[in-house]
Amino acid sequence: MAELTRLTMAQALDGLSKKDFTAVELTEAHVGAMEAVRPLNAYITETPDQALEMARASDARRAKGEAGPMDGLPIAVKDLFCTKGVATTAASRILEGFVPPYESTVTANLWRDGAVMLGKVNLDEFAMGSANITSHHGEVVSPWSPGAPGSWSRRIVPGGSSGGSAAVVAARAALGATGTDTGGSIRQPAGYTGIVGIKPTYGRCSRWGVVAYASSLDQAGPMTRTVEDAAIMLRSMCGFDPKDSTSVDMAVPDFRAALTGDIRGLRVGIPREYRVDGMPAEIEALWSRGVEWLKAAGAEPVEISLPHTKYALAAYYIVAPAEASSNLARYDGVRFGRRVEGGSLNELYENTRGEGFGKEVQRRILIGTYVLSAGYYDAYYLKAQKVRTRIKQDFDEAFRSCDVILTPTAPSTPFAIGDNSDDPVQMYLNDVFTVPVNLAGLPGMSVPAGLGGDGLPLGLQLIGRPFDEETLLRVGQAIETAANFTATPPFMA
Amino acid sequence: MSYIQGETGDWEIVIGLEVHAQVISNAKLFSGAATDFGSEPNSQVSFVDAAFPGMLPVINAFCVEQAVRTGLGLKAEINLQSVFDRKNYFYADLPQGYQISQFQQPIVGKGEIVLDLPDGSSRTVGVTRLHLEQDAGKSLHDQHPSKTYIDLNRSGVALMEIVSEPDMRTSEEAGAYVRKLRSILRYLGTCDGNMEEGSMRCDVNVSVRRPGEPFGTRCEIKNVNSIRFVMQAIEYEARRQIEILEEGGKIDQETRLWDTTKFVTRSMRSKEEAHDYRYFPDPDLLPLELEPEWVEDIKRTLPELPDDKKARFIQDFKLSPYDAGVLVAEKARADYFETVAKGRDPKMAANWVTGDLFGALNKSGKDIEESPVTAENLGGLIDLIADNTISGRIAKEVFEAMFETGEKAADIVEKKGLRQVTDTGAIESSIDAVMAANADKVAEFRSGKDKLFGFFVGQVMKATQGKANPALVNEILTAKLKG
Amino acid sequence: MSLDKATVAKIAHLARIKVPDDELEDLAGDLSRILSFVEQLNEVDTKDVAPMTSVAAQKLRRRKDEVTDGGYRDAVLSNGPETAEGFYVVPKVVE
Ligand SMILES: [Mg+2]
Ligand SMILES: [Zn+2]
Repeated sequence: MAELTRLTMAQALDGLSKKDFTAVELTEAHVGAMEAVRPLNAYITETPDQALEMARASDARRAKGEAGPMDGLPIAVKDLFCTKGVATTAASRILEGFVPPYESTVTANLWRDGAVMLGKVNLDEFAMGSANITSHHGEVVSPWSPGAPGSWSRRIVPGGSSGGSAAVVAARAALGATGTDTGGSIRQPAGYTGIVGIKPTYGRCSRWGVVAYASSLDQAGPMTRTVEDAAIMLRSMCGFDPKDSTSVDMAVPDFRAALTGDIRGLRVGIPREYRVDGMPAEIEALWSRGVEWLKAAGAEPVEISLPHTKYALAAYYIVAPAEASSNLARYDGVRFGRRVEGGSLNELYENTRGEGFGKEVQRRILIGTYVLSAGYYDAYYLKAQKVRTRIKQDFDEAFRSCDVILTPTAPSTPFAIGDNSDDPVQMYLNDVFTVPVNLAGLPGMSVPAGLGGDGLPLGLQLIGRPFDEETLLRVGQAIETAANFTATPPFMA
Repeated sequence: MSYIQGETGDWEIVIGLEVHAQVISNAKLFSGAATDFGSEPNSQVSFVDAAFPGMLPVINAFCVEQAVRTGLGLKAEINLQSVFDRKNYFYADLPQGYQISQFQQPIVGKGEIVLDLPDGSSRTVGVTRLHLEQDAGKSLHDQHPSKTYIDLNRSGVALMEIVSEPDMRTSEEAGAYVRKLRSILRYLGTCDGNMEEGSMRCDVNVSVRRPGEPFGTRCEIKNVNSIRFVMQAIEYEARRQIEILEEGGKIDQETRLWDTTKFVTRSMRSKEEAHDYRYFPDPDLLPLELEPEWVEDIKRTLPELPDDKKARFIQDFKLSPYDAGVLVAEKARADYFETVAKGRDPKMAANWVTGDLFGALNKSGKDIEESPVTAENLGGLIDLIADNTISGRIAKEVFEAMFETGEKAADIVEKKGLRQVTDTGAIESSIDAVMAANADKVAEFRSGKDKLFGFFVGQVMKATQGKANPALVNEILTAKLKG
Repeated sequence: MSLDKATVAKIAHLARIKVPDDELEDLAGDLSRILSFVEQLNEVDTKDVAPMTSVAAQKLRRRKDEVTDGGYRDAVLSNGPETAEGFYVVPKVVE
């Protein structure tokens, strides 16, 4: 049933409603695909029994005419979302054995709308990373790696932190997956694997039940193979949640209805400061092509300036670790997860956290602890929050002269596992185009736009006004249509 | 000013208090779990209170209202914008690894508390701030020889931390401060002030200095849980510091503990490490914004507070500041008094309430709420005195019976036949009988021995079992003895 | 800013993370590199700029004072590495 796993969500919904196949058949095909892509190391926990049970319930609902907007669609869940009764690890050793007695709001919304859970997918530990190489469960291999499992000539990273999500969607082992994006963790892996990823406006998706990395930046979003699928999945994921004080009480638009194909007259901002030194020519060229595509569709490119772009990464690498150092204090071996005993309570804490957290997580906790500590708060944290205001002001100013902003998703093409990993700062530079969006709380989206010279995917990023995901999706679809990205990874289920 | 005399001269104590007052609310500050006292361990704990992954705080509107109400009661500035910060530290009963508190922008700013001192005078102490924060859980160290047990029932319960200026100079003032603050909180209904159950806890900052010199280095005594202990801890700590200084030593700024069995303060080992709380605004919460009209609404519905009530009692009832102070210290007492005083002689009502009633309650260890004599019944007793049904002396006897049985004064008077004799004929015949039986004394009186008048009164009262109206006895006796 | 081993050890203790002595040197190097990277923020003029407190322009919502949660001790304790008699258990803490 390979062809069932090649469908888009929209096509699958169509097939289900026409009774071409059942949710159980669709799910069985995906359970097979999930097994087939095991060499990617993308799933941490497979839940085939639960998937089939959910699929049967979906078929029953459909038979009664009660099918929801995502009924019967098998998806993967980033292992950062708490799922009731199913192990949730955040790809960390410290959460070993943790089984949440509750369900995150976002996944609960998806199940409410009929989606089927295939399993929990890999990520960078606590979502800290840009290559999915910091997971306690091992690194994820991109299905775009040249060659085949067992004989890969280079093991390419899928991007991160939502690397497992990106890999399984690209490898056709799920119709879509949830991701989370703190500094680019949806958009960058989407770009690296040739799929669509949206980070909605901060406050659109509830953070309740999602393991926190950096609370003021974290946002959940969909990762899918088409813009239309992203619209379908986004609508189910978001919505007001009284359990999250930062959730926005605002109606959820029918995002799919926004896909009119008409972008005439839209002003597309091209930020001057995104032409960074050392950006490969092919990325520069792809960006220009993107501008041409939108122009051809009737949009009007305008040059804009985001003068503080250069400082976004530095601000991010203060704010995110600071919040993380506090958010991760609860992993102490007392109430859940892994405990490493010690003679005193402090020893227990230090042993548990010393063995439970991986190196990158430790680095970020330590940086965060340092920048908040007595005497340094003003110079680092407060300064970074002020720079953040500046960055937000840049965008406010820019959106006076444009309706949407177009940039490359990342300044580089996907690299091989092992590259960039000796210098943390070098690794951080991958997020240079995505981070400003999180700092300003704006919606951002990556759309596959072409292949680089090495045959690996490249994405373009769209940035929108707060709560204007509709424009983002509409323009995203215009790029999707023009780019006609039909390439598939060498390894698929 | 009262100084402490040391070996080398006078010393002055400087005291500031931080009081943690548990907010009266049904649910916790940031979670929907219950706040009841004394429940089974960990039975009132939500996943938020236990800091499970992905759990988020949502603030309780009523706790905010209670903090504002308290701020208004302390005549303090209400900050229309305040911010919740995380205070980061690791401790077994602090599940999040941080306490959500308010650091740079508290909900309530500067206010004041007027102390009523034992000599009837008053003194104003500044309140620096009041902020809202979460309580921690409870560590039990005595359940197991090598383990500490953790109960998170209190984790997340709303506290108001009320910080005073270092304005107090004696342990009495500190005691008066805690008493007055507790009284205000109870009037407002924002904290039950129950120190035994821990709903009010004091951290006491103590330093000493030579009179007129700048402040010395202070020590903080944590979690003192009764007014008596607050006063004792201050006395002990001041002596300890003076001794060190007089021997040429210096005070280390540190956190200390009041040892309730040895009556000493001692250094807290667990808190000895350098504090670095790494405060920063909690990114899970937005700044708290209050509408000025909403604050005004709360202000309009504030009850009359002890200071205003005291002023009114002095003004309207002509009570002494001391009596007024004693009556308003607890709202229940003040209410009781007002019921008794309504339509009666307030001075008499005050005497009965502060004298006989409080005495009897004290002796029997009862609160005013448990008084066997209701305010209405005490009023009834006073009415019987006022309309001459009984004499003041008989009234004492009636009161005792009322306190014992809870019955009405009139019923007791009827039952025991204590009604005062106002029939002049009956009194006259009693007097005649007494005079006849003591003819020698009558003669002595008439020859100038005035002092014997009291003797005759006593005899007449005895003959009438105390029921004769004393004024009538006086009047008739005077006339008859003149001859 | 360049961090020395002692400072890293101090921060590690503040964060309750055990770092073996022989790793302090490398870690100090990594952290120093990150700090010197973020210090470029000093170039930005932030005079009269308010620090960002929240990206979403909205007010803090307040919930009603109702008991809606808790009362599930077993679920709260179910993930506990060590529990007894309804309590979480840790090594004895000396006050
Ligand atoms: Mg304090
Ligand atoms: Zn406090």
